[in-house]
Amino acid sequence: MNSVAFFGFLKRNKEQDNLPGCDRRADRGILVFENTSEVIQAENLLKQHGWEIRVMGPPPEIRQGCDLVIEFPLIEELQILRTLTTEKLPPLRAVPVTSPLLQPVDIFHIKDYGRYLMVRAANMKLTVDRETSVIVNISGGGCPDVPYLAAAMVGKTLADAPSPREIGHTLCGYALQLAYEEVQRRCSV
Amino acid sequence: MLCVAGTIPEDNFPLVEGEVKLSGDQLRIGISTIAVNRGTAALLAAAVTAAAVLRQPAPFAYLVGDTGTGKGSERLYRNMTNVLTRASFQTITLHYIQPIIQWHKSLHAVIGTLIPRPRLIADAGSMYAAKMSGEASLYDLFTPDVGELAFLADEEAPHPFYTRGFILHEENRVPDLIARAYKHRNAARYLLVKGEKDYLANESGIIEMVNTPVEEALEAIGGTGDTLTGLVSVLIDAGMNMQEAAVAAMRTNRLAGRYAQPTPATQIGEIIRFIPQAIQEVLGERCKVNTDGDTSTACQKQE
Repeated sequence: MNSVAFFGFLKRNKEQDNLPGCDRRADRGILVFENTSEVIQAENLLKQHGWEIRVMGPPPEIRQGCDLVIEFPLIEELQILRTLTTEKLPPLRAVPVTSPLLQPVDIFHIKDYGRYLMVRAANMKLTVDRETSVIVNISGGGCPDVPYLAAAMVGKTLADAPSPREIGHTLCGYALQLAYEEVQRRCSV
Repeated sequence: MLCVAGTIPEDNFPLVEGEVKLSGDQLRIGISTIAVNRGTAALLAAAVTAAAVLRQPAPFAYLVGDTGTGKGSERLYRNMTNVLTRASFQTITLHYIQPIIQWHKSLHAVIGTLIPRPRLIADAGSMYAAKMSGEASLYDLFTPDVGELAFLADEEAPHPFYTRGFILHEENRVPDLIARAYKHRNAARYLLVKGEKDYLANESGIIEMVNTPVEEALEAIGGTGDTLTGLVSVLIDAGMNMQEAAVAAMRTNRLAGRYAQPTPATQIGEIIRFIPQAIQEVLGERCKVNTDGDTSTACQKQE
């Protein structure tokens, strides 16, 4: 990180801390990397792609030393992780700023309709026709990529449909990816 | 008049505003056409259909294309903060909009200046934004499903994706989740919880429950929650009080689903076309509906 960027980071950090309200960062997440060099590379990459991010010190819950983390728009986690992974800069972790110890949902609710199987992960539900492996419905969710993902996936087989990880952008897309993987796992048995 | 704000899942769909009409399987707003599918299009299709039956004005919508990048949503927020002061809506329903706290707060700063204050309803991303920004109590109604209710109940979770497991395990305990959502001030004045059983609740607890007819396949069908939000929005805007509107909407949505004889593969458009028949059955006795040749007036206002 050059000195201008570093002092800019310190200044922005102070400005953020002076903002009123305790909820101002609830829509932000933190990317944790292996080392500071990766943080700087990721910062440059994400800024080049137009994301509003900032480098900051980690919250106490996940502090490991004199490390830095990147704060990012939490809702766009799926798209940001895809960008970083494509550029071989995957973070160690991505967590919410306000509650860094929270984990992504890992509980699946299954509904067996006989010929059809519905899997729900968090707020996203994916239903597949067991006989044909065709995705017949996607429901739930609230981010704008949910109707987009449904249009792209419904009517296609599990093998032919694009995965939410490939074309989704948001945490709802991420939840749908988990449901999609669980359906794949159950339908391949 | 009812105002609906939301997104259409196409990057190139322009920012548009105007009254919405339904023409066959297509929504029309200005010169733009929209396929009726899940999301805000399904909400609007149900709302337009219900409004026509009840002889209410067609809903007015602010729409923009957004496939999840949030860019369209930002344009929508910006536009609404500029134009809402010049509009006059009795009811505003915010729907599939990217949850962005800064913009959500800006929008509410504008809505707070409106006199009289419109009734506020939020579903989907707008409900998430309301909770994330600590402004849930500014709303009159949220319409979560049970998974989203668990998110509202979890005071730590910034998005349903991060709802904690011990709360998700309690999803069969809807009353407890409702109480927890109110305890942490993450609920609107009323909650309409949609699921195997539909509930209307407020801070005192559950005040109405509708569980018939039962069509288990509806849970799998994308858009059934959107149509319920559209129905309750129209009924509230028509002058019904919250309790009557919610019960009528829950019954209408379930009945339309029943008439469609659904399977988990049924698409939402197949259900929307039964909404007129369902409304007539639910409201027929207390509300003159716009059936063929009937020129009587719409619902009498209850508030």
